[in-house]
Amino acid sequence: MGIYVDALREGWILLSSGTLDVWAIIVTSLRVSGAATMIALLIGIPVGLFVGLKRFVGRGVALLVFNSGMGMPPVFVGLIVAMALSRRGPFGDLSLLYSQTAMVIAQVIIATPIVMAITAAAVSAVPRELRLQARSLGAQGWRVALLTLREARMGLIAAVAGGFGSVISEVGAVQMVGGNLQGETRVMTTAIVQYTRMGRYGYALSLALVLMAMVVFVNVALTRMQTSAQQWERQ
Amino acid sequence: MSAPAVALAGVGLKRRYARGGFELSVDSIDVPAGETLALLGPSGSGKTTLLEILGLLQRSDAGQVLLDGRAVGMRDRAARLQMAAVFQRPHLFKGSVAANVEYGLVARRVPKRQRVERVAEALERVGLAGYEGRSALVLSGGEAQRVSLARALVLEPRVLLLDEPLASLDRLLKRQLTRDFATILADAGVTVVYVTHDQDEALVVAQRIAIMNRGRIVACGAAEEVMGLAVDEWSAQFLGVEPASQGRVTGVEQGLVTVATGGLEVFASGNPPVGADVLFAVHPEDVLLFEPGVELPLTTARNRVPVTVTSVEPRGATFYAALDAGGVKLAASVSRAAAAELGVSPGARLLAVFKATAVRWRLVNETTGAATM
Repeated sequence: MGIYVDALREGWILLSSGTLDVWAIIVTSLRVSGAATMIALLIGIPVGLFVGLKRFVGRGVALLVFNSGMGMPPVFVGLIVAMALSRRGPFGDLSLLYSQTAMVIAQVIIATPIVMAITAAAVSAVPRELRLQARSLGAQGWRVALLTLREARMGLIAAVAGGFGSVISEVGAVQMVGGNLQGETRVMTTAIVQYTRMGRYGYALSLALVLMAMVVFVNVALTRMQTSAQQWERQ
Repeated sequence: MSAPAVALAGVGLKRRYARGGFELSVDSIDVPAGETLALLGPSGSGKTTLLEILGLLQRSDAGQVLLDGRAVGMRDRAARLQMAAVFQRPHLFKGSVAANVEYGLVARRVPKRQRVERVAEALERVGLAGYEGRSALVLSGGEAQRVSLARALVLEPRVLLLDEPLASLDRLLKRQLTRDFATILADAGVTVVYVTHDQDEALVVAQRIAIMNRGRIVACGAAEEVMGLAVDEWSAQFLGVEPASQGRVTGVEQGLVTVATGGLEVFASGNPPVGADVLFAVHPEDVLLFEPGVELPLTTARNRVPVTVTSVEPRGATFYAALDAGGVKLAASVSRAAAAELGVSPGARLLAVFKATAVRWRLVNETTGAATM
């Protein structure tokens, strides 16, 4: 147990003294994963809504793709994006490899299927009669869609949590397309890997605890949103 | 007095179901302005499909829906804004009661101040004044259905569509709400299509009734007349009465009609042409049973028919006795005490007595129209 106690002590000293530039790494992590989650929500919610509500040829295949995408290995995404952005790749001219933009692209690809699948499942659970009721009261198009999303909001909160959780804690893709450049593309997960390889467990553990705290904080916030909404509905 | 204008009509409506089964086929259906038409039939008879087609919520494969004489369709937003629906389950949206009731007003871009006033009025009309701020998801079943009705009434629709709105409630609450709904709908003066499988409910809320079976309207007309005259075996079975008998008008004198059927003469009231073939029936509640040969007190009941009891079955607090009068099928609703006293059992010979005004009839060639009285 000594190794953990020593690492914790060292990590606390580093964090409290400001020796380790934790805040820069945290900000980079939040910026990249936050942007990726937002873009994934912007793409995933409308697509998930459409697939969840409409009946069309190929819907089953679409759902299968989304659900498979939820289990997509980040290293696979990293590899595909790295190849696409490499000099010989189709987007090599953009010179985006080893940039935060490349990391956002990779994380969007990871998070979007998760948001789509959870959104589709959540809106599918909203009874058809409820939408019929809205239409019968004169609502149409986007107003019915908005009502459906409101009714499925507990599921949407889960989609946000699932999307953000999947990208903030992944390491494979950001390592491959970001390169873990200090002050540029270093995020918490890549920094933890690096410090662990170097045997600097204090550094690694301090960042891991911050990462854990961040994930817990986001989930606590989202869960509170869920429960407070439920409590109001039941009052 | 002229008949009220037709507010909503369907002509030649057809809907084929993807998974086989029967197809909906309605040649013609009219809902007069300000009246309530009940679509009555067993589960799966096509009532809801017809309601949704008339309410522009489902397309038909053929035919037209007419709103105030104008052909309308699902994409006709102006027409859809003149309609509102209440379904079997209230389907209240998450949020407050006020947010639910004003939902359709928001879709119609009604200003906030007007919305507040109209929501308060609508809630008062359904007996829920002051409920605006409550969460819609904690209401009792009856309250939720009242909110659902308020949500539709607040729109002051030209046509209100109600799809089994009380079917999911317990009996006591249902009985109370049926009366309340009938009063509210009558006061609102709105044109209503009301789907139900409950005959009592239909009789309380509706002025007109259309009975449906396997996608077709088998009888349509004034409520009392449709419910009192089962035109075929299926309708009789569904309504729980004996099927109408056929006879010929042999005389009409000062509104008193003589109908001959087999060796029997039945007296009715009305003015059908002499020689016309008619279908006729008597509601079981209008038939009194006596022992044969009994000295009857002076009464206006002209029909005194010897009958044989063919079957007896309990119907709640009473017995339903099926009777045969020389080939003419009648029935009587008898209290348990009277049944015991008279010995009402299969094979018993008794005297059935009923008034001429209790005999409902219509000309044979009128298959689904309103009964001629």
